[in-house]
Amino acid sequence: MSNNKAPANAIKSKKKLNLNTQFIAGLVALALILLFNLIYEPGFFRISIVEGKLYGSIIDIINRCVPTMIISMGMTLVIATGGVDISVGAVAAISGAMVVSLIGYNFDSATGVTTTNMNMYLAILIALIVSTICGAWNGLLVSRLGIQPMVATLILMTAGRGIAQLITDGQIPRVYTEDFSFIAQGSIFAVPTGIYIALAVVLIVYAFTKLTAFGMLCESVGINASASRYSGINAKNIKLICYTICGLCAGIAGIHIASTVQGADANNAGLNIEMDAILAVVLGGTSMAGGKFYIWGTAVGALIIQALTTTIYSLGVPPEIIYVVKSLVVVIVVMLQSNLIKNLFKKIGSKSKKSSAAASV
Amino acid sequence: MKKIIALVLALVLAFGLVACNNGGDQSSTASGSSTASDASTASTGGDDSGDLITVGFSQVGAESAWRTANTKSIQEALTEENGFNLIFSDGQQKQEIQITALRSFIEQGVDYIAFSPTVESGWDDVLNEIKEADIPLILVDRTTDNPDESLYVTWMGSNFHEEGVRAGEWVIAYLEDKGLMDGEVVIAELQGTVGAAAATDRMAGFKEVMDQYSNINIKYSQTGDFTTAKGQEVMEAFLKSDTANEIKVLFAHNDDMAIGAITAIEAAGRKPGEDICIISCDGGKAMFQNIVDGKANCVVECNPLLGEGLADVIKKLEAGEEVEKKTYSEEDIFDQNGLAGALKAADHINERAY
Repeated sequence: MSNNKAPANAIKSKKKLNLNTQFIAGLVALALILLFNLIYEPGFFRISIVEGKLYGSIIDIINRCVPTMIISMGMTLVIATGGVDISVGAVAAISGAMVVSLIGYNFDSATGVTTTNMNMYLAILIALIVSTICGAWNGLLVSRLGIQPMVATLILMTAGRGIAQLITDGQIPRVYTEDFSFIAQGSIFAVPTGIYIALAVVLIVYAFTKLTAFGMLCESVGINASASRYSGINAKNIKLICYTICGLCAGIAGIHIASTVQGADANNAGLNIEMDAILAVVLGGTSMAGGKFYIWGTAVGALIIQALTTTIYSLGVPPEIIYVVKSLVVVIVVMLQSNLIKNLFKKIGSKSKKSSAAASV
Repeated sequence: MKKIIALVLALVLAFGLVACNNGGDQSSTASGSSTASDASTASTGGDDSGDLITVGFSQVGAESAWRTANTKSIQEALTEENGFNLIFSDGQQKQEIQITALRSFIEQGVDYIAFSPTVESGWDDVLNEIKEADIPLILVDRTTDNPDESLYVTWMGSNFHEEGVRAGEWVIAYLEDKGLMDGEVVIAELQGTVGAAAATDRMAGFKEVMDQYSNINIKYSQTGDFTTAKGQEVMEAFLKSDTANEIKVLFAHNDDMAIGAITAIEAAGRKPGEDICIISCDGGKAMFQNIVDGKANCVVECNPLLGEGLADVIKKLEAGEEVEKKTYSEEDIFDQNGLAGALKAADHINERAY
C-alpha cells in the first residue's frame, strides 16, 4: 500500500520487516509458553501414535484451537475493514444446532437400530448456507444501513442463541454416527481431521486475500473507506463480502464443535469464542482500527490462546484463578507487541543487519 | 434501484423482528427483554387466570441432559390442567439474565417464584426485593449463600454433600474390592461450574471421605463447567501429564463431563471403566448405558424430576399448610455389580426417564 513510488526491492524489504516484527513477537510469546511447559513437564513435546492417531500435548493444542482458528480467519477480514463481528459464537451455535437437528439421530434401544432423517453432507451444506446468510445479514446491516459493526452484530449475538435454542427445542440433541464424529475426532494419515479443516480454511483465506487484490481492497477500506470509494473501490460490497465470509467461517467452526461433543449445545457451543477470535486477531498484529492484516499472525494468535488454556489445565492452576492467570499472560504478550518493545526489536535487528547484511532476514 | 434495495431490506428486517418476537414468546417469556414479555404475560397471566396459580420459574439454563429433564418435569407438572400458569424463563447460565427475570416476575405480580440460582452468591438484593413484594420464594435444586432463611419459604432438591460422601464411600469400597488400597491411589476430579452449590458441596463431601485415608491423593482437580466439551478438554490435559498413568479413579461432578472424559480416555488408548474407574453424579440414561457397556463404573443419582414435588409444595402453601425448610429428594446409587449396597444399573436402565 505505502511506498508506491519506491523501487521494488525497497517495498519488499519493508513488507518483510513488517511481517517479521508482528509475526516474531507472536512466535516468541508462543515459544515462551511452550518452553515454560517443557521446563515444568519434560514430556510436553512427546508425540506418539495412539489408536492410529497422533497423540500428545502439542497435538491437543493444535486440535483444540481449530474452532477459534477458523473463526479468527473470518474475524481478521472483518477487523481489517475496520469492523468487528461479535455474533460469531451465536452463529456457530446456530450452525451446530442446524446440522444436528437436521441429521436427526434416532436410536431404538429395543431393536438396536439407528436411523437418521437426512444425509449428513446435505445437512452440513444447509447449515453452512444458513450461517453464510447470517454473515450476509450482518454485512447488510453494516454496509447498507450503516449501523456500527459492534451494534449490528450484537443483534445476532443476542438473538442467535435464542434461534439455536428454537432449532434444538431447548434440548441437547445428539448424533452418535461414526461419520459425524469423524469430522472432528477422526484422523487421516494419523493427523486429526480437524487440523486439515483449519489448515484448509487458513490457506484458502490466505490465497483469496493475498493472491487476488481482495486483501489489498480490504486494507484500503479499513484505512479510509471514503477515500477508497473515491478511488473507485466499492467499499460497501467489500465489507459485505467480509462479513459473509466471517459467517461462513463461524458455520464451519460450529459444525466442528458439534462433532467434537457429538451434539448441539445451544447455550455453550462457541460460548465466548468471539472474544478469543478477536484476541487472536489482535495478538496476530492486526489493528482493531482496521487496515493491514496478518493471516498467519492470526493463526499464531489462536495457537497462543489455546497453548495458554492447555497449559493452565496441565499446570493444575486452581479453577478460581484461571481467568486471572490467562489475562496476565495476555497482558504480557500485548506488551511484547507494543511499539516500545517493537522499536527495541528493530534496534537490535538493525544492529545485527549492519554486521551481517544478508543473513539476518 | 437503491430504493428497491432499501425497501427489501426494511421488509426483511421487519420480518426478522416478527420472527424473533414469536420465537421469544414460545421458548421463554421473560429472558431479558422484559418489555415484550410484560405485555404478553399481562394479558395471558394477569387477567384470564382467575383461579390459576401463576408461578414464575427462573431456570439455570439447558447446560446438561439433567437440566433438560428438570425443565421438562417442571413444565409438565405446572400445567393449566393442574391449575398453574407457568412463566418459564431460561437463564442461559447467566446470573444477570436470571436477576432480570426475577425482577420481571415481581413486576408482573406472580403468586409464587421458583428459582434455581446459577451461582451461590450475589442474590441478596433481588431476594430482598422478592421478600418486600411478599411473593413466596421456593428454591429449587440449588441454593444461595445467603444465610437469611426468612428470604425463602422452602428449598427442595438433592443433598449434594451427601452425594459426594456416597460417591467417596463407593470408591473406597471399589478400591478395597480390587485390592488397591495397599498402595498410593491417585484420583482425578472434574469439578462443576466454580461457585455452584452442586460443585462445591460434592467436592467437599467427596474430599471428607478421601481425607480419612492417607494413601489417597486427589491430585488432579479442575473445573469442566458441567459440559461435555470442557470435560473432554480437561481430561485430555490430565492424561498428558508425565504421571497420568497413576490415575486410578475419576470422579466427575456430572454425567456430561464424565461422558466427555470417556472419549478423552479412549483417545489416549486406555480403557475407561477398567484402567480408570469412572464415577459421576446425576444418573442420566446415557451414563447408565456407559455403565452397562462397561465404560463407566458407578453413578450417584441426583433426581431432576422435581416438578411434581414443586406442584405439591405450592398446593400445600396455597392451602395454608406449613412446609419444611428443606425437602430432600430420594436418591439411589447405581453400579455394574451392586457393590456396597448399590443397585445394578442394568436392572434399572429401562426405567430412566431422562
